[in-house]
Amino acid sequence: MQLDDLYRRVIMDHYKNPRNRGKFDEDAVTIDLNNPTCGDRISLQLKVENGVVADAKYTGEGCSISMSSASMMTDAVKGKSLDEAISLANRFSSLMKGEAVEFEEYEDIEALSGVNKFPARIKCATLAWNALRKGIDAK
Amino acid sequence: MIASVREQFPILHQEINGHPLVYLDNAATSQKPQVVIDAVKRYYEWENSNVHRGVHTLGSRATDAYEGAREKVARFINAESSEQIIFTRGTTTALNLVASSYARSVCGPGDEIVLTEMEHHSNLIPWQQAALAVGATLKYIPLQPDGSIRVEDVEAIVTERTKVVAIAYVSNVMGIVHPVKQIAEIAHRHGAVVVVDGAQSTPHMKVDVQDLDCDFYALSGHKMCAPTGIGALYGKKALLESMEPIEFGGEMINDVGLYESNWKELPWKFEGGTPIIAGAVGLGAAIDFLEEIGMDAIEQHETQLAAYAMNRMSEIEGITIYGPRERKVGLVTFNLGDVHPHDVATVLDAQGIAIRAGHHCCQPLMRWLKVSSTARASFYLYNTEEDVDRLVSALIQTKEYFGDAT
Repeated sequence: MQLDDLYRRVIMDHYKNPRNRGKFDEDAVTIDLNNPTCGDRISLQLKVENGVVADAKYTGEGCSISMSSASMMTDAVKGKSLDEAISLANRFSSLMKGEAVEFEEYEDIEALSGVNKFPARIKCATLAWNALRKGIDAK
Repeated sequence: MIASVREQFPILHQEINGHPLVYLDNAATSQKPQVVIDAVKRYYEWENSNVHRGVHTLGSRATDAYEGAREKVARFINAESSEQIIFTRGTTTALNLVASSYARSVCGPGDEIVLTEMEHHSNLIPWQQAALAVGATLKYIPLQPDGSIRVEDVEAIVTERTKVVAIAYVSNVMGIVHPVKQIAEIAHRHGAVVVVDGAQSTPHMKVDVQDLDCDFYALSGHKMCAPTGIGALYGKKALLESMEPIEFGGEMINDVGLYESNWKELPWKFEGGTPIIAGAVGLGAAIDFLEEIGMDAIEQHETQLAAYAMNRMSEIEGITIYGPRERKVGLVTFNLGDVHPHDVATVLDAQGIAIRAGHHCCQPLMRWLKVSSTARASFYLYNTEEDVDRLVSALIQTKEYFGDAT
């Protein structure tokens, strides 16, 4: 078991220097999700305009995997149509199953591929993406 | 002693992720010695049958094994008689039985149930639900900065309206041993009963329910070398006799009519359905195993190990240890700087060290501590100072790893 498979430099960068952390003042789709087994929680906000994710922010508490995943996800979905965002979420699910998938539009996400070898941590990585799906369903 | 004890736990002799296993998640569940594994195996190979109904020889063997285990539990916690030992799935089920049967019948609107914020969810939610159902009030004994409680605060909070005081003997997060005997004395003076969550005490120290003078005492087998799925509720005889069953059918009946039925005497009236016979047999074997080593020797070993762990772990720069500095119980809950407990647990796991990370089924206590989660290392009779040393050096490496990775 190689720890560096899990904790890649790019993951630690997103953890220590989170992108899109914060809250919108104005109304936005807000999804609060938590992981009851470990206490991790995320509050994701999406601004959707004309079927496009115009902007995304999040706040929350959690481990390096859950928070870096949220940082990457919010960066990746910005400017994407809702269909494209769902496609990203689907590819992320495949990544967690150990399938070889590419994220040419946001390569940082591929750094999370190592999580697949740590079954107990997959739920950490998917928390933000589950919030995204809920947010899109709510639209 | 320790080498011969370790020898008897087959699971400990394996490598995890290329390193010898250091198992420090005993407060979640303990490992099982060969004698317990063998007892369960022997039961299924030679004795398996349903209890209290077969006329045949196997039926008698199974019944003897099951009832023999009940006598061992009674002796182990010094109950007055084995009919006061109800087998349950574990501590959670035992506490739910008292909350559903006893508390809901004796508590009315305005009556009080007294708890602490430190309780495991299993000793909080059953009372919360009972209180909601009958309109009773929950009151919480205040916690001191180190998580301990003061007897004078218990005096102040228990009133004539208090019907139940429910508290853990040992906290599963803070490693504190609560003054249960004094709490029972206070509760009784006000006509309340004391319910003791013994999940974390029974495996680690000599327990005497008569000396504590508690009214109910709940325990889990799996934290004391027995299989999962078996535990017990002790209760004072008059209380148990006054209580209604909450599960009906199977083992617990006396006479069944189409419109009315009645129940067996204690303890069977609370044991609906076919019981967890093999689990009880395993619990009996675990008690034999622990008694052969001696609960005093186990307690002494763990107290020494706890002191050693507290000393060594306190040296780690940036560590926060929750609970009092001095402790009898081998359980240390901590956070390592701003490294998330999950990350700590994953890095330790890569070195073969198993600890727990999360809220430990104590969300209200996590809020009181103002953290979302913590890491916890918990020891048992087979852990050694070398285990603590490996934990400490792995924690230091974890700090370096997360420091360097930025």
